[in-house]
Amino acid sequence: MASYRDLLQRTKGEIEEIEPAEAAGRADSPLYLDVREQDEWDEGHLPGAIHVPRGYLESRIEAAAPDRERPIVVYCAGGSRSAFAAQTLGELGYGDVRSLAGGYTEWKRNGFPTQLPRTLDAGKRARYSRHLLIPEIGEAGQLALLDARVLLIGAGGLGSPASLYLAAAGVGRLGIVDADVVDESNLQRQIVHSTKSLGTPKVLSAKAALEALNPDVEVVPYEERLTSENIDRILAEGWDVIVDGADNFPTRYLVNDASVWHDIPVVHGSIYRFEGQVTVFRPQVGPCYRCLFPSPPPPELAPSCAEGGVLGVLPGIIGSLQASEALKLTLGIGEPLVGRLLLVDALEASFSEVKLRRDPDCPVCGEHPTITEYVDYVEFCAGPRAGAAA
Amino acid sequence: MTRVRIPPTLRSDTGGEREVEANGADVRAVLEDLTERHPALRDRIWEDGAVAPFVNIYLDGEDVRTLEGVDTAVREGQSLILLPAMAGG
Repeated sequence: MASYRDLLQRTKGEIEEIEPAEAAGRADSPLYLDVREQDEWDEGHLPGAIHVPRGYLESRIEAAAPDRERPIVVYCAGGSRSAFAAQTLGELGYGDVRSLAGGYTEWKRNGFPTQLPRTLDAGKRARYSRHLLIPEIGEAGQLALLDARVLLIGAGGLGSPASLYLAAAGVGRLGIVDADVVDESNLQRQIVHSTKSLGTPKVLSAKAALEALNPDVEVVPYEERLTSENIDRILAEGWDVIVDGADNFPTRYLVNDASVWHDIPVVHGSIYRFEGQVTVFRPQVGPCYRCLFPSPPPPELAPSCAEGGVLGVLPGIIGSLQASEALKLTLGIGEPLVGRLLLVDALEASFSEVKLRRDPDCPVCGEHPTITEYVDYVEFCAGPRAGAAA
Repeated sequence: MTRVRIPPTLRSDTGGEREVEANGADVRAVLEDLTERHPALRDRIWEDGAVAPFVNIYLDGEDVRTLEGVDTAVREGQSLILLPAMAGG
């Protein structure tokens, strides 16, 4: 029967080791894989290393290191656990694996660089555990969400579910722009508000609900109507993503122009009765709102939800899709709806897509822009017909 | 025969129909046949002989502005979507 010492010696004979000095001098940027326990990782690790505790190595390594050809330097504290890990990696088909001789201890003693991880405390680890389990998010992704700043235009039908899910997801800073107060007719769909907040400003009602849901989130209320005069001030506070849930065309065109000039992606959603539209406008990468809709419909063809009604749950679907897109943009994962307009029909339970392209002649994001400063958006949306009629 | 998807804001002009049929060899002909069958749509879609600028038209998911506009040929079995902007939120 082999003792631990025998097993270790035999394993070390079957794998390749690498000395810290050689590893530190490598120019081919190997993947550093830390197989120690969480508390050891938390005290410091090699810069850029990924962390897969040895107990989870077999089950998690393929998601964490999908490229089996990339050289891997695996390490633990002293070089023993990493030797067994290197053997396992070899059995899993990883072609170029070396175990760091002497481990993290020897690395650090030689004065090679280390870094302290930013980590989630136990409370956050529990709260966001279902995110942490997803390889595409994990601890780094959750920390990015906690650092993220998302501005919601409107705390109404779309803003309600979007803000609730973004807050629950731990987006650290949520700005909300809305000048309205909570009204009885809102409560059929605007689920961030409640009967007891009737008559209070929507931004304050939303702030209370969102911070109650998740105290990690700071909600910045802007109890004002978005205008050409205040939008630069609001955007100057620094936002990674805008979620547009406005209820009128002038605001949508204003948000578009400002987002192009400030280079902030906009997750667009709009709803009417049983149908909704979702897309992502990413300045200079994909089309903008004006590329899609160069001019708004005349008022008689553009009834609002207040005039034409809306199925209460529809903004739940569309606003949740907007939250999903905002999270993807923040995390830099997946295929955002850039250049694609998703059409949702709740009555048919159908989802379809049309392609959107940048318009080289777009007056705002085109090659030769003709609109370079804010215009009178109310007048623009009233259109020439209204002007002629007046 | 081409299936034409009618947006909710124009359905009062098609008697509430969400999808209607029209014939034509190109987008212009299909739209002309459509407005022949549903005259109330005429003033909505056409503006001085051209398609009103606020109505987007997609042929099998492609914006016809990126194709040949209203001259884009329509083959049997393709579908059109009429899509004006919606503001509601």
